[in-house]
Amino acid sequence: MPSIRFRLNGTAREIDADPTSTLLDILRGQFGLIGPHFGCGSGECGACRVIVADHAVTSCDTPVWSVADKDVTTLEGLGSPEHPHPLQRAFIAEQAMQCGYCVSGVLMSAAALLMQKPEPTEAEVRAALDRNLCRCGAHNRMVRAVLAAANEMTVP
Amino acid sequence: MTGAPSPPILPVSLAANPKLSSWVRFAPDGQVMVSSGKVEIGQGIVTALAQIAADELDVDIGRVRMIRATTSTSPNEGVTSGSLSIQQSGRALRLACAEIRQIFLVAAADRLGVDEDALAIEDGTISGPGNVTTSYWELAGDISLDRDAAGGLPKPAVRRALAGRSVQRLDIPDKVFAQPRFIQDLALPGLVHGRVLRPERPGAKLTRLDENAARAVTGVIAICRDGSFVGVVGETERAAEAALALLRKAAAWSGGEALPDEDDLANFLKAQPVESTIVDHKTASAPGRKARTIRARYTRPYIAHASIAPSCAIAQWTADRVRVWTHSQGVYLLRADLALVLKLPAENITVEHLEGAGCYGHNGADDVALDAVLLAKIAGGKPVRVQWSRADEMTHAPFGAAMAIELEADLDAQGEVVNWRHAIWSNGHAARPGRASQPALLAATELAHPFPRMVSTNPPQVNGGGGDRNSVPLYDFPSWIIESHRLLTMPVRTSALRTLGAHGNVFAIESFINEIAAERGEDPLAFRLRHLRDERARAVIRSVARRATWKPAPQAGIGHGIGFARYKNTGAYCAVIAEIEGEQDIRVKKLTVAVDVGEAINPDGVINQIEGGAIQATSWTLRERVRFEATRITSTSWADYPILRFSEVPAVDVEVIQRPEMDPVGAGEAAHGPVTAAIANAVFDCLGVRVRQLPITRDGLIKAMDLSS
Repeated sequence: MPSIRFRLNGTAREIDADPTSTLLDILRGQFGLIGPHFGCGSGECGACRVIVADHAVTSCDTPVWSVADKDVTTLEGLGSPEHPHPLQRAFIAEQAMQCGYCVSGVLMSAAALLMQKPEPTEAEVRAALDRNLCRCGAHNRMVRAVLAAANEMTVP
Repeated sequence: MTGAPSPPILPVSLAANPKLSSWVRFAPDGQVMVSSGKVEIGQGIVTALAQIAADELDVDIGRVRMIRATTSTSPNEGVTSGSLSIQQSGRALRLACAEIRQIFLVAAADRLGVDEDALAIEDGTISGPGNVTTSYWELAGDISLDRDAAGGLPKPAVRRALAGRSVQRLDIPDKVFAQPRFIQDLALPGLVHGRVLRPERPGAKLTRLDENAARAVTGVIAICRDGSFVGVVGETERAAEAALALLRKAAAWSGGEALPDEDDLANFLKAQPVESTIVDHKTASAPGRKARTIRARYTRPYIAHASIAPSCAIAQWTADRVRVWTHSQGVYLLRADLALVLKLPAENITVEHLEGAGCYGHNGADDVALDAVLLAKIAGGKPVRVQWSRADEMTHAPFGAAMAIELEADLDAQGEVVNWRHAIWSNGHAARPGRASQPALLAATELAHPFPRMVSTNPPQVNGGGGDRNSVPLYDFPSWIIESHRLLTMPVRTSALRTLGAHGNVFAIESFINEIAAERGEDPLAFRLRHLRDERARAVIRSVARRATWKPAPQAGIGHGIGFARYKNTGAYCAVIAEIEGEQDIRVKKLTVAVDVGEAINPDGVINQIEGGAIQATSWTLRERVRFEATRITSTSWADYPILRFSEVPAVDVEVIQRPEMDPVGAGEAAHGPVTAAIANAVFDCLGVRVRQLPITRDGLIKAMDLSS
């Protein structure tokens, strides 16, 4: 099997994998990461979103060959309890979930948005999260949390 | 002569599980281990229960460890459903903790040689005059809690420090920091992966299967076939899925259910054999004179749970004992059904709960647990994780039942209701495991020696009913008859989905109330207040009216509507005002909600539940409908079963009417019916079109316009 190199959460990795494997398979199966969640397997729900370079992509239908030489960030790479990302702090402060299964993907979509657009409007936040599905109805809390995090990140 | 004091009446969960030690233990490291039979399904119950325990015991909530429900140690509290967890587990825990606190106070008084009344407890440390102290943990070795509850005296509401406060949920940090909590994320040594083959057509039998190609897939461990149940176990998910795809190609099926016409559900429902019951009947002592009768028929389609995560379970056999990890709502009930299928004593089966994605009723969680148990049999003692596909989740999990509801009101010359008739045609709304002598699990119907496919039934009225839930109006009409017709056939599998029949019934009643008010030219809110006697009901309606400044001045393209219900007629009161924008499509801009859940243990948790319920109900109302053709369910993906998205959800503004002295009740199902009715009523306000068929889509609007013109 060919070897594929990429950076995962800041660390250089080289794996031997069937290049048609999905990125989600590799992240969960080979690296044991649980941030990205399986939801649909066809890029419709967004539970599996991770950041590749500076875009949130659905890892369940992204072939692993396509991330060669790129930076891949999962929820594990976003922050930690010791060094939380402002989005993670804001999601706790706003209690922005019910079950939380979709939250990992939502956080990655939001993080990608803030990389590209540090001061988004509410409509822009909603548009950026529109391809993440939430079944519990915690949407508005999540939007508030993203706006709060953006605010915190841009205040000098 | 004085008789023995009568034993106190314990709350239902405590009466069923009286041993105090089954609820609370003091761990040597200064923690309090609290067990409940209710499970976290995204509703925040674990945090609310921790608040109650910490309050009654006078310990910091940080010391409370909530033990996951397991049949090996947890109290048996049946199923986590019906918005009953805070009511049942909360009450039991409150009384158990109050009694435990008292037991420890007596022991501390004895040990410290001071009067019990002179002692105080702060964060588990018990202290008295002269700086004498001990603690729960110091005393725990000498006190056995393996005794039956006698009924403690809980603190008065004013002395509760945590109940009524919006404590942050205990599970949320793990979920934002990718710490394992979900069953899908459980890592076990030696874990292998199973997948199950199912026919597109419900109930079809497998007539041919060629396993050779699938066996040749690298990483396949074993293939199992038992009648029409077929599954494969592989070293990896990818291997199991590759083999499954080959099995699918090599399988032939025959027979199965004939599904009804998805565009004519009301006539299908009314044409089936039914079991009919009179839900309630009331006759006026002095009947009013009928001048005319108005009638309307309301329908709702089959609605999918459409959980964001496909159902998942893990099972592992050791000789004739099996251990099961599940996101089922009832670990004991699932165990009972597994015992029936496996013909094993229940003691040989351990069922443990792990969180799954948000659960809104009887979804695929129990079915997939049996799948895992059956596949683990061929895995040589390794733990087998089975995860359904998205299509499995959308087509094989039970659905919320379609309903046809016919309402009639006899009006007198002044347009007042003198008689009211409500008739429901629907499949039963419950086919949960663990309740019958036959298992309710999908694979059990597929085995070579199959169990019959259970036709869903309705819980009794005393438990809130099923198809008839919320069918008895709270309005003071002088006479009525309420009838429920439960289908005895079930081509489309149905079971419990949030609110059971209350969603359909409240939609129908609250729409019809507006139709009557409109006939009379009366404000629909005033009509409701004029016919409601219950002060708490009137209070939520008045609150929501104030908050939404009812009724805002008319504005082109904007409509407002109201909906109200008390969930199950015994639970939470909820009134909703919807503001919609309507042209070709309906857009719900804002939902204003007032809710009374009695004592709100965690007000932000209640608001979160109401917001979520309101948004989910908006999605049901505007988008959701299970699609099918004669031989298969066709809504197999999110593309075919759209739900509301971030850019489409309404703003939700919630007012909680706090009643600390009232028993707490659940909030998760309070909003669904009122929200749906409020939206339908707002559509009428905006467009003058009465939509009686859910969902309210563009096509539905056009159809309703045609009907009314």
